[in-house]
Amino acid sequence: MMKSKADEEDYWNSSKFKAFTFDDEDDEFSTLKESKRTVNSIRCLVEEDDDKEEVEKVSWNGEPVSSNSWSVSETAASNQRAEREPAFPKINTVTISKSHSGYSLSSLFKGETDGKVSLTAFSDSSVRLYAPELRKPKSEYKVVSLEKFRSLQDKLLLLDSCVAAHDGNVITAVLIYLKRTLSKEVLFRELEPRQTALSHLIHYLTETRDQRLLLELLRYTCLTCFCFQLLQYKEHLSIADENKRRDFLKSCLSLPFSPEDSSHVQDHYTLMERQVIIETTDRRAERGEKVERALILNMPLITTLSYCCLYHYSESEGTFSSPLNIRQTFKISEKQFFVTALGARAKLKAWSDVDALFTSRNWLGFTRKKSPLGFQRVVDILQKNSAPTQVLQDYVALVDDAELRITLAQKHKCHDIVINTYRDLKDRQQLLGYRGKVERGSGEERKIDELLNNLQIRWKN
Amino acid sequence: MAHSARRDCPELPDFSLLKRLARDRLIYLLEQLPGKKDLFIEADLMSSLDRIANVSTLKQHEVDKLYKVEYRPVVSTSDQLCFLIRPRIQTVKWICDVANADKAVGRLRKYHIIFTPQKFFACEAVLEEQGIFGDVTTDEWSFYLLPLDDDVISLELPEFFRDNFLAGDQRWVRTAGSALHLLHTLYGPFSKVYGIGRFSKMAYESWREQVEEGEQRARQAEIGTVFLIDRDVDYVTPLCSQVVYEGLVDDIFRIKCGCVEFGTEVTSDKSLKVMLNSQDKVFNEIRNEHFSNVFGLLSQKARNLQTAYDKRRGMDIKQMKTFVSDELKGLKQEHRLLSLHISASESIMKKKTQQDFQELLKTEHSLLEGFEIRESICFLEEHIIRQVNMMESLRLLCLLSITENGLLPKDYRSLKAHFLQSYGAEHLLTFSNLRQLGLLVEQPAGETLTVMESRVGKLVNDKTAGKLTGAFSSLAKKSNFRALSRKLNLVPKSDEEYDLRVPRDMAYIFSGAYVPLSCKLVEQVLERDGWTGLEEVTKLLNGQEFAVTGSIGADSSTKSDAQRIVIVVFLGGCTFSEISALRFLGREKGYKFIVVTTAITNSSRLIESLLGNIA
Repeated sequence: MMKSKADEEDYWNSSKFKAFTFDDEDDEFSTLKESKRTVNSIRCLVEEDDDKEEVEKVSWNGEPVSSNSWSVSETAASNQRAEREPAFPKINTVTISKSHSGYSLSSLFKGETDGKVSLTAFSDSSVRLYAPELRKPKSEYKVVSLEKFRSLQDKLLLLDSCVAAHDGNVITAVLIYLKRTLSKEVLFRELEPRQTALSHLIHYLTETRDQRLLLELLRYTCLTCFCFQLLQYKEHLSIADENKRRDFLKSCLSLPFSPEDSSHVQDHYTLMERQVIIETTDRRAERGEKVERALILNMPLITTLSYCCLYHYSESEGTFSSPLNIRQTFKISEKQFFVTALGARAKLKAWSDVDALFTSRNWLGFTRKKSPLGFQRVVDILQKNSAPTQVLQDYVALVDDAELRITLAQKHKCHDIVINTYRDLKDRQQLLGYRGKVERGSGEERKIDELLNNLQIRWKN
Repeated sequence: MAHSARRDCPELPDFSLLKRLARDRLIYLLEQLPGKKDLFIEADLMSSLDRIANVSTLKQHEVDKLYKVEYRPVVSTSDQLCFLIRPRIQTVKWICDVANADKAVGRLRKYHIIFTPQKFFACEAVLEEQGIFGDVTTDEWSFYLLPLDDDVISLELPEFFRDNFLAGDQRWVRTAGSALHLLHTLYGPFSKVYGIGRFSKMAYESWREQVEEGEQRARQAEIGTVFLIDRDVDYVTPLCSQVVYEGLVDDIFRIKCGCVEFGTEVTSDKSLKVMLNSQDKVFNEIRNEHFSNVFGLLSQKARNLQTAYDKRRGMDIKQMKTFVSDELKGLKQEHRLLSLHISASESIMKKKTQQDFQELLKTEHSLLEGFEIRESICFLEEHIIRQVNMMESLRLLCLLSITENGLLPKDYRSLKAHFLQSYGAEHLLTFSNLRQLGLLVEQPAGETLTVMESRVGKLVNDKTAGKLTGAFSSLAKKSNFRALSRKLNLVPKSDEEYDLRVPRDMAYIFSGAYVPLSCKLVEQVLERDGWTGLEEVTKLLNGQEFAVTGSIGADSSTKSDAQRIVIVVFLGGCTFSEISALRFLGREKGYKFIVVTTAITNSSRLIESLLGNIA
């Protein structure tokens, strides 16, 4: 296997990272192969007394785990402790403004409302102290009542203090209570300026799949960020039936997206509509066929275009499934269309179509092939579709960069191109070297010999 | 590794204690439900549970059958159902369905839910709403920390990243605080805590409160220093292709909970699950190596092994007997591991020698260095047009956006349009997520300054560019990778050769092209004992840095071993490459780093968690 050596080297030389290539021609790869051989041969040597003595370990899922698993040596930690002072300073994270309220937070939680309520009551894990010997029960749950917080001011103060404590669990708990005890209008209004609390409620509603309230909330609070529109649009993903999905997408068209996304959603709908039509027509027509075609429903636009290039290539622009029509409708770029058509026609081994893709571009005389894509990439696409050498060499020959051309030609065994390029480069040494790589007594060998004996060429080496 | 390491690195504390604690606690919880019971385990808890206790331990505590939670009606005939789950509303709803279905047919059973690592009020609210609060008993298995290796501890909470950074839900902040508290209690007291990022600050506060609430017992500190960092401080590093061995294995085969499953392309017969950690002697020697160095090391080991086997020749019976009893088993073990890692390396080679990967790497390096940006954009466009690997396209798009401080509006629109055409219009939602996180954004009109700055930077020499940056930085609002890169020297000078066999800095983990920002910050802060002198850097990172010293322990000689054992906490995940870089830094500077992370991540996991095309 030969890589596009020139390409790589070009890169490695142009930059500093010369020390490393993933090149498999590297000496080290051969050492690796060698070591593999060595190791394998050793395997034969010792196979007689095999490894079965090690009992296979079975994991939870019932699957065997290799036996070099981590053996845990479990030693108890030393446990010398003595009393000492708490020692770490507070850093300012969020300071909540207490000024707008006459309450002091500590009195709210510790005294005035009711002694039983405290922040830690929600997450009792906070009282927990870990020690190695800890095996004590500690799951008696304190029942916490938030019902004491009845005035809006109390509720909001409660919320703000939870937010200031950064415990998402507690924030959500309070939000669930607020959601229950406040009207939507008031809740939404109060959440709007409280971004952290708002995020928690949005996440909670997402998790509980309370889509309706979530949409209402987003519509109210996210006026500038299009969250509401996107969430609405997202719902199409959970609609399995293609006609319903298409209709749902249509209903999304009226949503005020950003101008950019609005056109993407429009395209999405148009594509879906198109796919349903093509799919229905093709399924009907296909009944006679033996090979089943891939489904295109819900596939990306380019996959759909590729499908049409495979099965509807020569259709006139008037039909829905014609590639040209699709190109027109979705304003597909020239390069994109070219790449997709090239791939599809190559897959069908329709080499004349492939050829036409290049020449049709050059209507001034049909002499030279032109491509919106580098020929190196063209070769790559053709080769991935297993194009034969005769086809490949036409395109390899068109690669501009001589080094790259040689690499590709060698890789794809286009001997003529290699030989001609060396001749053009007047590189006698390389040509001589290449002689060893072609078949003995072949036409290529004769050609090389002729060149080497040609006295008219002024070799550079 | 071939470089000279400092000899005075302190020893690591023993973290197996964490496992024992977790196991004891689990057993205690199971004993709270006497009698035979069936246990339902949440799928993504299975691997972690596997590291803590085995099936027989559970059987000893009267667990009859084991099931995976699959959100389907249960077939169990047991009178007691126990559920070991993450505190997720969806799972709790399913349990409610199970209980309600039983009720409907008049079946009486006991239900017990064990939430791990903690229960959430919202989950209990679901029980209440569904009318089965009281029918179900609940408990918490406070299993916060899973040691994946001698120096790596994971919270195994991949959702931390999305919940915190994307959804803005702080439910796991306290969990992180509690995890830290556990470490503090068992291995502290810590004397210095440094950090950067919003959630780091919050986790610090949560931990500090827990320290104050709890009782204090003085002990000899094993770990003295903690560094907390939010994942969003450095997105560049996890978005780069990994080229150290362990990172590559993770990128290609996906290491899950310290265990990898090699498919038939490696093992040739059937797929094999292998634990990857320091107990694997072969792996331990190559895990932190740049891939180009791995072959050499493996073949050296193969030769050594051959020599060791060859010793048999010419042995008499007695010698042979000693050889067989003392050495052979070890040699065979090593032999097996060696051939496994050789096959894995071969498989990696096959994938990575492909043209596409070479080009990806080249583009990536261009982006990091900030040259040939136009060519990179072109490459990216063709990559998308050809519908090659979507995740790679997204990864490069994000890398481009972060390093260039956003895409030009024209490029952004065109690339986005191409992307939606190639991979599906619903990725509109993915783009919205990425934008929300600042991973993939359009440059706002006012920010052409930074573009100009980088253009100018390319034209003039470094010194002048530095001065210009100084002038501009007061104007630039957002963080700027280029400026950071210059200030911290993240992209080494390009004219020198970089010998990957003898790495001279942490850049070796990216072929000498880039020093990971996250690890560079750790290095700088430890060196300076705080953020002094890094003011410009923290400003570019949007501030939120802190450095605090505890009143205890600060006096107890800063040179003590405990001071040089440093916990680095990654909130939102860290990569194997970062772990390798920290190990390297530790050897160079005489530290021992312990990485505590909410989960192991890499570019694919990071981006997958942000995809918007899931219903």
